[in-house]
Amino acid sequence: MELKDLYRDVILDHNRNPRNFGPLADASADVEGYNPLCGDRLKLHLRMADDRVADIRFEGEGCAISTASASLMTEAVKGRTRAEALDLFQRIHALLTDDAATDVETLGKLAALSGVREFPARVKCASLCWHTLASALESTSPEPLPAVSTE
Amino acid sequence: MSETTGALRVPTRHFDVEAVRREFPILGRSVHGRPLVYLDNGASSQSPAAVIAAVEDYMSTHHANIHRGVHTLSQEATALYEEARERIRRFVNAASRSEIVLLRGTTEAINLIAQSYARPMLRPGDEVLITHLEHHANIVPWQMVCAQTGATLVVAPIDERGEVHAEAVEALMGPRTRILACAHVSNALGTVLPVERLVASARSRGIVTVVDGAQAVAHCGVDVRALGCDFYAFSGHKMYGPTGIGALYGREELLERMPPWQGGGDMILRVSFSGTTYAALPGKFEAGTPNISGAVGLGAAIAFLDSMDLDAARSHEEALRLHAEDTLGAIAGLRVIGTARRKAGLVSFVVDGVHPHDIGTILDQEGVAIRTGHHCAMPVMDHFKVPATARASFAFYNTFAEIDRLAAAVEHARRMFL
Ligand SMILES: Cc1ncc(COP(=O)(O)O)c(C=O)c1O
Repeated sequence: MELKDLYRDVILDHNRNPRNFGPLADASADVEGYNPLCGDRLKLHLRMADDRVADIRFEGEGCAISTASASLMTEAVKGRTRAEALDLFQRIHALLTDDAATDVETLGKLAALSGVREFPARVKCASLCWHTLASALESTSPEPLPAVSTE
Repeated sequence: MSETTGALRVPTRHFDVEAVRREFPILGRSVHGRPLVYLDNGASSQSPAAVIAAVEDYMSTHHANIHRGVHTLSQEATALYEEARERIRRFVNAASRSEIVLLRGTTEAINLIAQSYARPMLRPGDEVLITHLEHHANIVPWQMVCAQTGATLVVAPIDERGEVHAEAVEALMGPRTRILACAHVSNALGTVLPVERLVASARSRGIVTVVDGAQAVAHCGVDVRALGCDFYAFSGHKMYGPTGIGALYGREELLERMPPWQGGGDMILRVSFSGTTYAALPGKFEAGTPNISGAVGLGAAIAFLDSMDLDAARSHEEALRLHAEDTLGAIAGLRVIGTARRKAGLVSFVVDGVHPHDIGTILDQEGVAIRTGHHCAMPVMDHFKVPATARASFAFYNTFAEIDRLAAAVEHARRMFL
């Protein structure tokens, strides 16, 4: 367990310069995520078009892990279909919680989040934005989605 | 006793911190390969060997249920439990053991007052007065009882230092104010409240006073009769005792008038299907089998405190806090949150560009344990417009060298995020 596994350069960079940060006009959903442990709040703005994430932005004040995770997430899901974004949510969830998660290589930059698993107290920081995304995708879905696993 | 000259920052009486540390087994452990620096005493303090031994001795030689058996073990357990109550009584200088109700801790004590004292008494339009710096345990039970009764919760302000001004609280004491509930010491800011004056002002207006002593009892010295409050609540785990045990001091006259809060065994004199006669104080408020080993441990913690030179210990804690404010204050971009003129042994702070949670993780890797977050005082965070703070809280077993390690680790965290 090493600090530099947690605070990788990608994480520090996205914390310092979060991408897609700020409000979003004509959003289809504005969803607030809340981490009761630390009191951090995250607002996610999502615009869907043709069942794709046409645009996504976030706001809020959080720790480096939650800010970087949200920033990386917005980059990763922009342009993806709803189903693809939900699939990514599941894979990140596994990456953060399941020691046997294997597809780290296929995750690109998001693989930087794999160090969080070694710091159980911080998993919720990294997963907050993803849960918020899942509920935003659900709330904008024309039909009910198959149950999204969370914990 | 050694006299020191010059430096204000040195305890004026000799305090042998290394000798004290040897009494606390956990202080010998390491975390992530570094000697533990435990600076989260405001959340829970550590226990001396005497407390651990007392609990072990109780469990291995005396354990049985109390107040229920004629057999030897039950009598021994009962005697030890009541002895702990007597120690607590003496520690806070209550007039009688009937005034000491043993409970789970501060939270349970305040809920008991809210439900058993306040709920039957409050009428729509009555007011419960608290302050802006309360722990959630001294906010939510009042919100609940206000919702149940139609009473209103009134909140006295704090200033930019995190101080509570007695005049500002007094200005809010009106004809409908029934209860004043305030902290003795703030857990988020360290502010020591002017409780003596607040209690006196409230009493002169016929307002019942509730003091949340969770952060004060181990560090300030509490005399409930000198203070004159009606209720005083505290937790064992913040005064070197076990978790799950604490006490409520209540003035006998009020406790007598209050209905029991929970029903069950131990709180009755006689039960039949046509009615029940409740036990005398304090048993009336102690339904069910209590935390006997916890009470024994808390009694041992008080005996430990009684054996110490508490004035010297408190000067040491004060010196630690001043040293921490100096060394942390020298770090670029660090801001101390809570700069009251009367402050207990803790320092809350934020660092530009580094979220408190990241500070907490980085410090932990260096063996330094602090608390980060909102400290169950979200309104305080809102007041200072910060989402969270990092908080180092001290006990008499902490050292100046530990504070230096804290400051070095915070500086390391700051550099990582440059
Ligand atoms: C000021 C204050 N009040 C109340 C509490 C609640 O104490 P407990 O959790 O032991 O019931 C705490 C402890 O966190 C506190 O610091």
